[in-house]
Amino acid sequence: MTRRSFFARNPSALIFIACLAVFTLAVTLMSEAYGPGLISTSFVKTLGKTLCLCLVALAMDLIWGYAGILSLGHMAFFALGGYMIGMWLMYARTEEIVVTALAQGGLPATPEEIQQGIATQIFGVVGSSDLPAIWSFAHSLPLQLILALAVPGLLALGFGWLAFRSRVTGVYLSILTQAMTLALALYLFQNDSGLRGNNGLSGLQNLPGLGDTAQDLVSIWFFWASALALGLGYLTLSWLVSGKFGSVVRAIRDDEARVRFLGYPVEVYKLFLFTLTALIAALAGVLYYPQAGIINPAELAPIASIYLAVWVAIGGRGRLYGAVLGAAFVSLLSSLFTSGRLPDIPLGPASLNWVDWWLVILGLSFVAVTLFAPKGIGGLFDRFQHIGAPDRKGAQLGPDDGSLQEQEAQK
Amino acid sequence: MRLTALLVAALMWLAPLPALAQDAAAIVAENREQIEKPSRQTIGPVIAALAASGDPMADDILTAWEDRRLVIRKSDQAMFIAVTEGDGFALTALDGTAAGSAVAADVTALKPNAGVRGLIATALVQFTLSDPDPTIRADALASIARDPTAEALEPLRASLVSEEDPVLKAQKERLERFLTLRFDADPAARVAAIESLGTDTSLDVRAALNPLVATKRVASLGDPPGNLARTLVPGTDLTTVEAYDILVAASLAPARLTLEDQRAALLANIVDGSVGGIPVAALNTQEARNRAYTALEVAGTVPTAATDDEVTAALAAHSFHEVYVEPDATVTSAATATLAAIDRKVAFMQAADLGLDALSLAAIFFLAAIGLAITFGVMGVINMAHGEFITMGAYTGFVVQLFVPDYTLSILIALPVAFAVTFGAGVAMERLVIRHLYKRPLETLLATFGISIALQQILKNVFGTQARPLTAPGWLDGALEFNDVVSISYIRIAIFVLALIFLMFFLYLMKRTRLGLEVRAVTQNPAMAASMGINPDRINMLTFGLGSGIAGIAGVAIGLYAKVTSEMGADYIVQSFMTVVVGGVGNVWGTLAGATMIGSLQKVIEFLNPSNTLAAQTYMILFIILFIQFRPRGIIALRGRAAGD
Repeated sequence: MTRRSFFARNPSALIFIACLAVFTLAVTLMSEAYGPGLISTSFVKTLGKTLCLCLVALAMDLIWGYAGILSLGHMAFFALGGYMIGMWLMYARTEEIVVTALAQGGLPATPEEIQQGIATQIFGVVGSSDLPAIWSFAHSLPLQLILALAVPGLLALGFGWLAFRSRVTGVYLSILTQAMTLALALYLFQNDSGLRGNNGLSGLQNLPGLGDTAQDLVSIWFFWASALALGLGYLTLSWLVSGKFGSVVRAIRDDEARVRFLGYPVEVYKLFLFTLTALIAALAGVLYYPQAGIINPAELAPIASIYLAVWVAIGGRGRLYGAVLGAAFVSLLSSLFTSGRLPDIPLGPASLNWVDWWLVILGLSFVAVTLFAPKGIGGLFDRFQHIGAPDRKGAQLGPDDGSLQEQEAQK
Repeated sequence: MRLTALLVAALMWLAPLPALAQDAAAIVAENREQIEKPSRQTIGPVIAALAASGDPMADDILTAWEDRRLVIRKSDQAMFIAVTEGDGFALTALDGTAAGSAVAADVTALKPNAGVRGLIATALVQFTLSDPDPTIRADALASIARDPTAEALEPLRASLVSEEDPVLKAQKERLERFLTLRFDADPAARVAAIESLGTDTSLDVRAALNPLVATKRVASLGDPPGNLARTLVPGTDLTTVEAYDILVAASLAPARLTLEDQRAALLANIVDGSVGGIPVAALNTQEARNRAYTALEVAGTVPTAATDDEVTAALAAHSFHEVYVEPDATVTSAATATLAAIDRKVAFMQAADLGLDALSLAAIFFLAAIGLAITFGVMGVINMAHGEFITMGAYTGFVVQLFVPDYTLSILIALPVAFAVTFGAGVAMERLVIRHLYKRPLETLLATFGISIALQQILKNVFGTQARPLTAPGWLDGALEFNDVVSISYIRIAIFVLALIFLMFFLYLMKRTRLGLEVRAVTQNPAMAASMGINPDRINMLTFGLGSGIAGIAGVAIGLYAKVTSEMGADYIVQSFMTVVVGGVGNVWGTLAGATMIGSLQKVIEFLNPSNTLAAQTYMILFIILFIQFRPRGIIALRGRAAGD
């Protein structure tokens, strides 16, 4: 039996990569760095951030849409990745400043003085002047990059191992993951957590060693990196879900007990997926926060992870392009509505302020999508391709939820 | 017994004083020169003689002197007590007879300095302590208690005899003991006073005893000086840096060279681009700087600083001790023993107080979670908007209070109104959204979450972001205090009672009513229940409404002690789910157990780490995650068919 090529079997991946490439090229050519400046630098950053959010939405789609595990804690991994890279960015940047300042003093600075200066500079805001132990590796980019993946990965591995081995499933797992991210957020909110409490890490947009490079250029580089990560992530995940592995994962979603009885180690599959998606989320965070410039514990609040679920649900679960579409659509719309640039709509005596009412609209449209269009935006593509679910009407013919129904059977 | 002996001793000691009774005016005349130009060192006996004279005028004379109203008439140099009257003064002679008046220019007022006025004030204490007006006596006692001095002891003892008010007498005796244990000259009397306190846990007893056991750290070459508390070993009991600092502070060793000082010294001695023969550019390590500084030391350009070896030697040569500030060992050992006994009792009280706190927190969690226990536990529906229902209840209370100014009445109205509002909201939500999602629990979670976002934002838009007050009736103000340690506020008691009422109501509803029976039937097997003539749709709607309505009432209760903001419900939602999950789904006793466990756990962690409630919550959630590992179905797990799967 001849095997057709990967793209022949997954035309959507090819289309997606092509669209992403065209989009990246278009933005580059319209940016201030490489073109006439039709797109402002801040908007390039917004687009770059949106691509990172799309990447974490892909991870969410894999764990929720494909494996049926509604994790309400994946933004914790995203933010942890951001914190880890933020530590290096802040440390290295502060080091530059401190070395410059100490050079004015007449004597060349000793390593101890530099260390002390950095600690005072970074932790003065929380009333401390010692560098906590968790900053031991912050001086080195490679080490900190390893940590950016290792910390969220190990956390996901440990948490997932505990949760899956005790067969916590369904809504219990969702609430447990939510508790995890809440616990982490509360922990980071303390001043003595070693990550500057609720001040968070800031000034991350200034890359060390690139002080002279304009933000125009830096922003487009990060945009490229985000697009590349998203493209690679998409290809990896669509390869992963298109094979046998994907079939088992979908089967776990549909009937976990049956898969277990067929002899598959369900817990291992789940743990692998949970950790893999956590790593992808962390990677997205590493790319996101240098563009955002600031990270604080509010990024780990349970609400952030729930928004992630909202994006994926609105985009359409169980299809990778749906997650990307949903994340891009909702987050761009969100930044448009909350920017305060849209004029108020006068409604008789009152007026509709978009900033105030956007969350109401989002919440209600989310309810509407859940109720009336469970397939989300992705469902529109099914319309084009004339793939529709059977119109299931009438009484069920069997005892189970999936049994044929009267009118189906008559066809 | 001991106390009586003490009092008798005090009285006998005081007895000779009244025998000296003498005319106050005569004493003033005798000591005229000293009084006109008093000095703090020598005026003491004069003031004491005046105070002890027994002449009722002595009080007036001393008061006037302190107030700078003791004047000398310029014409005849006679001394008078002056009272401002119009532009001038009304004069009273020192024997108490009125002596006409004088304009300000005719008299010179005596102006004793602050030190002398202090002595006079102390002497006056005796008069205020025996003042006929009980409020003045009480004030005098309070002022002595605030700022206890050795001088106050004698007047206080003297005034004890004549005190008639039993309350004030008790206060005076208590204060007399506090002063005795600190200031009495006789150690035996002090020890007796300390031991007479027993295990009284009042704050003022501890405040009186603590100064006796205050310590300071000292270094010495030989035997420890003074009243030794314990010996310190550098490196274990205190860091070597601290130990050396003690030596430096006591001038027993030269100061260590700080890095800043070294840097300044090096900067000051740069010659031709190098310091001590080492080029400036090479001074980028501490080691190089030390070498350069040593070179300067050898050259004699900078003072010698203690090196690490010298520091070690100095530390080894001296011994370090903690000594009591109080020199008398019998007193400190008595105070330590009494404090230890008190501490044991206080620890016990604190445990009781912690228990009360934990109970009231558990009641709050239970109230917040019981609505969820119905919707989530019984129906299996995840309602993420539960927190917003709590908020809606609280805002309903706020709105009711806008219209009904009487707080008691408004709360009584708010409770049913809040129930009605959230019951309606719950029924609407069930009809419009949840009904369609019974087979998709994960999507119920998401849809109700969408509602939660929307509701929260609507509440924020309507009521604004600032906290709104929900005022408790006056009779709920204050706290029930058992003693200085154990107390609980009445609002928390009310919430506890409310939680109990709900527990009973819930049990009655589920076990004793037709509705409860039908709810249980629909929960266990909807199809079978339907075939028995129960309308599952109607039951689901009512159950959901009931759960939401209870959330509304919980909102009013929580709003009474917390600030009402649009986010207050969201603060409780995760904890409420935890309560239900930890306790065991589908069982109200489980919810109770869960609330008790989470409440006490949080309080215990807060007690162990009082500065940090955030950390307490973090550890609690971690504990819950681990707890779920070992009892995935909660504390009280349903068994068999009732478990649902």
